[in-house]
Amino acid sequence: MNIKFKIENLSVYFGKEQFLNSVNLEVEANKILGIIGPSGSGKSTLLGALNRMNELEPYCRTEGTILMDGVDINSSTYNVINLRKKVGIVFAMPVPLPMSIYENVVYGVRLSGVNDKKRLDELVEKSLSEAFLWNEVKDRLNLSGLRISGGQQQRLCLARVLAMEPEAILLDEPSSGLDPISTSKIEDALNQLKEKYTIVLVTNNTKQAARISDNTAYFLLGDMIEVGSTKQIFTAPLKKETDDYITGRFG
Amino acid sequence: MRINPKYTQWGAVTILTSATIFTILILVFIIFFILEKGLPVLGLSFLTENPQEMGKAGGIFPTLIGTIILPVFALLIATPLGISTSVYLAEYTKETRITKVIRFGTDCLAGIPSIIFGLFGYIFFVITLGFGWSILSGGLTLAVMVLPTIIRTSEEAIRAVPNSYRKVSFSLGASRWQTVKKVVLPNALPGIVTGIMLSIGRSIGETAAVIFTAGSSLRIPSSVFDSTRTMAVHFYILAREGISSENAYGTAATLIIAVLFVNLLAYYTMHRFIAKRS
Repeated sequence: MNIKFKIENLSVYFGKEQFLNSVNLEVEANKILGIIGPSGSGKSTLLGALNRMNELEPYCRTEGTILMDGVDINSSTYNVINLRKKVGIVFAMPVPLPMSIYENVVYGVRLSGVNDKKRLDELVEKSLSEAFLWNEVKDRLNLSGLRISGGQQQRLCLARVLAMEPEAILLDEPSSGLDPISTSKIEDALNQLKEKYTIVLVTNNTKQAARISDNTAYFLLGDMIEVGSTKQIFTAPLKKETDDYITGRFG
Repeated sequence: MRINPKYTQWGAVTILTSATIFTILILVFIIFFILEKGLPVLGLSFLTENPQEMGKAGGIFPTLIGTIILPVFALLIATPLGISTSVYLAEYTKETRITKVIRFGTDCLAGIPSIIFGLFGYIFFVITLGFGWSILSGGLTLAVMVLPTIIRTSEEAIRAVPNSYRKVSFSLGASRWQTVKKVVLPNALPGIVTGIMLSIGRSIGETAAVIFTAGSSLRIPSSVFDSTRTMAVHFYILAREGISSENAYGTAATLIIAVLFVNLLAYYTMHRFIAKRS
């Protein structure tokens, strides 16, 4: 078993309020870890700690260590810009930047100084294919990213992350605003992507976690209640809280 | 007693419509009045010839040069300074007491009558720094005068850019400067251009601040240390000293057409830019 992230005693505060209470969690490489739990349980805060997007909020304080391949990425000496290039994130609401589909995909790569047209073309085709979007947009790559449907926009956001060839991909309720067909396309994409990437998927939809994640963690009010293989969590949870949540008695 | 919404609706529409029509009528009347008196004088020779007898006869060519060169000079200084300041205020500082004081200060400066800026320019640039009545003094004074407008409009435009764009940019590994350059400024551009257009308009129409600092020489300037006269100042002098009301109206008509032209050009360019991006 290959561990990508080893999270130790992670606590996150925004102002005086604590959003994560000393969480310990291991994320396996090349697997999908589903994170479930009611709203306010700290799921998104955990993602925000993994690529340090939390820091953009004022008054945020993060304690504990997050080892990525053995290196503490939560340390103040760790270069946060490099971290975000290695750990990409797809947000709940698709936000294409107001530029063409092509430029959206290569946005992150261009920032790193890649400007070779041939290389960028390759990356665009590869990333859009991996996000199951290439066939739908290959003839109109110059169209604004704002002019495609919501489901396509979300896959564009995924392709934008893939183009940077990251090591891990975080998804924060990526299909909360999508129709079932777009959702299944995203899930198909994720199932193939886990061969190359480590994936952490936060979802409000327990069925989605049951469908595609290899491991599942249950969060409640900032505490990590339980983590295990998806099969075990959904058939024989060890904790009563988990059982209550997945059977719908609570949340 | 409750009035039937049908009647209040009718009343509201009537009042709002007549207010709008009244406003537009005043505007149209002013423009029509000036063009009617000015257009007969206007012609190619009026624009290309030098004035004679202090502007009683001849054209307005030197003032055309002055009207172009002074605002251009002022905006060349004020635009980069103003945009940089607004980016700093909107993107690089947290909202503190100091930024509030800076914002309050710029708001106050924006409301100061232009003649005060003229007086300041005269004492500081013309006398103390010894630039004399010159394009340099006038341009710097106008720059100081329009700076608050550019800062405030640009800052508003930058703040109006959705925060989600910044978040996405950061999440893809952009530094703050890269985010400003690639996402914030392009999206704030229409608002920033509006501020610059307002400033150009104010600079072109300014008399008080210019007359104190750039003087009113009718010769064609050969360097930034030469005095110059803008159309607005020319109009003021022609009308005030009763030199020639025909030529004054001719100058005014030219001024109006020029401002209209600059605005149309800016809107056309901006719409092409926006159409390209969305």
